Amino acid sequence: MKQTMGLALAAVLGTGAAAQAEGVLNLYNWGNYTSPELLEKFTAETGIKVTVTDYDSNDTALARIRQGGHGFDIVVPSDTYVPTYIAEGLVVPLDDAIVTDRDNILEQFRDVPFDPGREYSVPWQWGTTGVVVNTSVYNGDRNTADIVFKPPPELSGKINVIPEMSDVMAIAVYYHGGERCTDDPEILRAVRDTLMAAKPHWLALDYGTVDAYIAGDFAAGIYWNGASMRARLGNPDIAYGYPATGFPIWMDNAMVLADAPNPENAMRFINFILRPENAALISNFARYANGIEGSEQFMDEVMRDAPELTIPDELKDAGRWGVVCPQEVTDMHTQIWTELLQ
Amino acid sequence: MRRATWWNWLLCAPALVVLVVAASGPLVIVAVYSFLSPGNLGGVEWTFTTEAWFRVFFSRDMFEPDIVTWNDAHLVIFWRSVWLSLQTTVICALLGFPTAWFIATRRPGNRTLWLFLVTIPFWTNLLIRTFAVQEMIRNNGIVNTLLLKAGIIEAPIQMLYTDFAVLLGMAYVFLPLMVLPLYAAMERMDFRLVEASYDLYASRWASLWHVILPSVRPGLIAGSILVFIPAIGAYVTPRVLGGGRTMMLGNLIALQFGQGRNWPLGAALSMLLLIVVVAALVIYLRAVGQDRGPRRG
Amino acid sequence: MARRGFRVERLPGSAAIAMLTFVLLYVPIVILVVFSFNAGASQAQWEGFSLEWYAAAFGNRQVQEVSIRSLWLAAVAAGIATVLAVFAALGTTRVGRFPGQTLIYALINQPLMVPEIVTGIALLILVAAVKVQTGYTGMGYLVLAHTAFCIPFAYLPVRARLETLDPALEAAAADLYAGPFQAFRHVTLPLLVPGIVAGFMLGFVISLDTVVITEFVKSAGQDTLPTYMLGQLRRTTTPEMNAIATLFLLLSVLIVTAFFILTRVRGR
Repeated sequence: MKQTMGLALAAVLGTGAAAQAEGVLNLYNWGNYTSPELLEKFTAETGIKVTVTDYDSNDTALARIRQGGHGFDIVVPSDTYVPTYIAEGLVVPLDDAIVTDRDNILEQFRDVPFDPGREYSVPWQWGTTGVVVNTSVYNGDRNTADIVFKPPPELSGKINVIPEMSDVMAIAVYYHGGERCTDDPEILRAVRDTLMAAKPHWLALDYGTVDAYIAGDFAAGIYWNGASMRARLGNPDIAYGYPATGFPIWMDNAMVLADAPNPENAMRFINFILRPENAALISNFARYANGIEGSEQFMDEVMRDAPELTIPDELKDAGRWGVVCPQEVTDMHTQIWTELLQ
Repeated sequence: MRRATWWNWLLCAPALVVLVVAASGPLVIVAVYSFLSPGNLGGVEWTFTTEAWFRVFFSRDMFEPDIVTWNDAHLVIFWRSVWLSLQTTVICALLGFPTAWFIATRRPGNRTLWLFLVTIPFWTNLLIRTFAVQEMIRNNGIVNTLLLKAGIIEAPIQMLYTDFAVLLGMAYVFLPLMVLPLYAAMERMDFRLVEASYDLYASRWASLWHVILPSVRPGLIAGSILVFIPAIGAYVTPRVLGGGRTMMLGNLIALQFGQGRNWPLGAALSMLLLIVVVAALVIYLRAVGQDRGPRRG
Repeated sequence: MARRGFRVERLPGSAAIAMLTFVLLYVPIVILVVFSFNAGASQAQWEGFSLEWYAAAFGNRQVQEVSIRSLWLAAVAAGIATVLAVFAALGTTRVGRFPGQTLIYALINQPLMVPEIVTGIALLILVAAVKVQTGYTGMGYLVLAHTAFCIPFAYLPVRARLETLDPALEAAAADLYAGPFQAFRHVTLPLLVPGIVAGFMLGFVISLDTVVITEFVKSAGQDTLPTYMLGQLRRTTTPEMNAIATLFLLLSVLIVTAFFILTRVRGR
């Protein structure tokens, strides 16, 4: 009833702007994350015109989707948020008749804890959060969080940490042997003390800093693997490390929204990005791995065997999928984080 | 008298309708949210509680929930934001006043040109401007390079990620908000008054104090308000130039609505900020208002 | 008009400080422009002249769309806000005290006192509910939100200007023209022009800068330049952004020049 009234009103207003016509798709994705080449190819193949709208955080995206009335067809949340989308009925299961190529997903990503059996989602890109270090300044072991938490003197004052509470807290909690969402006061106390003691050594907590690593303004820090790779391409001394005590693995996943105006087009797009040559376009643009078998051969030369994109076998076990912590634990993390940045 | 009131309200009505729908109305939601419980992954649960307000001011020790203390972190962040905004306002006034004066004393035909020269940089986006300041003061940026070449310094000065950088950036970003209203007030000034006063008082400072300042006061008040308030909620500039080592109020609120996922606490902090700003405004306007009385008479 | 040794422009040091201000204003802008022509992706090291970032910006359909949308939104919102602000300023300035005046001040200045993130979240909740009810997802919400946000910025300079006007002028005009509307049209309005221009420009600038509110209010396909850039904040900005900024700058210089010539021709 409300829907009908709404439609009637929209017709009166003459601007039912959320395009519902055939041949349209509204993609809601992270900023600077969607390869224009990929979209052009999709349009050329199917005649469907794609509009991309950006968001800057999982929380913004979830808040927008939850409130409804958004007009988006596809959203690309991180693994930790996928179960919430599913549990709250914000997304629909993938249509087996259209999404036929799920076998292209690399085996390790086919049955993931956040979406068992890949009923709702397909990989967009995945990566890790680890440490980055300029080897011309410090050339010791770099597979350790000590680089940031107990930095050697030559790195002190040249460290940048990404201002991502969840990533930093995760690495710090793993560093003290805790589970991701532990509420063990002893561990959290140790986490707080470690962070407070480490902060005087940090120069900044900043995001887009590839340039600063290349220029040598920063000599170490916590960073994402793809960004670290781009820094190395500008400065060969930059190297990426996987903290042996534990580091987060993350994956952004494409899903079709329950109130999508163009669900069929969305399903076709989902199947489109499962093809290795298309998935490679995503990676070539945003510089992260994509989780689709056989896509490497279509990737740019520099990405094919980049150390940043391949976790060494001996450290594979240290990589952990994220989980969303209960509110009490998040509150404690926020409290530590606020104290750290006061 | 009654008709005048009716007429005044009518003139204001269109603006008020827009404001109530798109600004004040939604604010009521924020006020209500500050008394609810946090929902799962953001949002709220519709159960009444004053927990959020409690946590604005107090913190239970994380490890001993019975120990309740003042929430030092919040208070420190609050004070830092207020102090930084005050400094920004003063710097903008110190730079903006001579600049507006300079423009207002050009030949009428040239004033528009100078005025637009002030605003041109601000036709680019705030993020871009902040990044431009960042480029300027970084270790191998133009300032350090020039100083090195001139032999004034031997090693680059770390300017980026300091309080100086934040202040510079804030003043840079908000300066036109001071210059434009100042200029608008000065442009209407009768400069013959100034000349006459110069003859009378025989001191430039005396003319400034007794003649110029009272006439441009409305512009100065408008400019200070326009700078102070966005400055206190600013968070992009402090984050980019200060390197994010310390939080401002804006960051704290954004954190609660974002990764902290505690919307009620974010709402309560927002309401508190609102209260502080209103209090500051009232004090400021009252102080300026009292000052004005006798001199006008 | 004989000068007697004192020239008002020589307020101690004002010219020197003004020049310093102009230098400070333009140094970062010059750096920005220069690096938009850099051959490499670095924004710190000069690697030779190139137009590749302009080619990239022009080749990027999304960048074009968001830029045009930003300009359109800023012009419309600032325009409406300025008109509303002029009416409100006339209704509240030099009229003596009247019942409800304080309430009006509070309402007008309220968007200034609330951080963007708060207004953004509040608007999200409200707007989303309206969107679901009506199905209308056009630009109207953004225009409304931006207009509300621009009103106080447009109002203050207009009001400041109005306060400095000599009421005697209008009284005289009222005698001459014998009608309040003519007096307004021929005396008050022309005298208000600097305030109105300042108000519109402030509103325009503020709308161009409004990130968080847009982020929460926008529907599918309604990214503006700031939200597009915010989405990129986590990733490194490329000189492509510098190129776009330079184009914006060029556009503003063109508008400014046009405006300047126009006002000159009209003999003001």
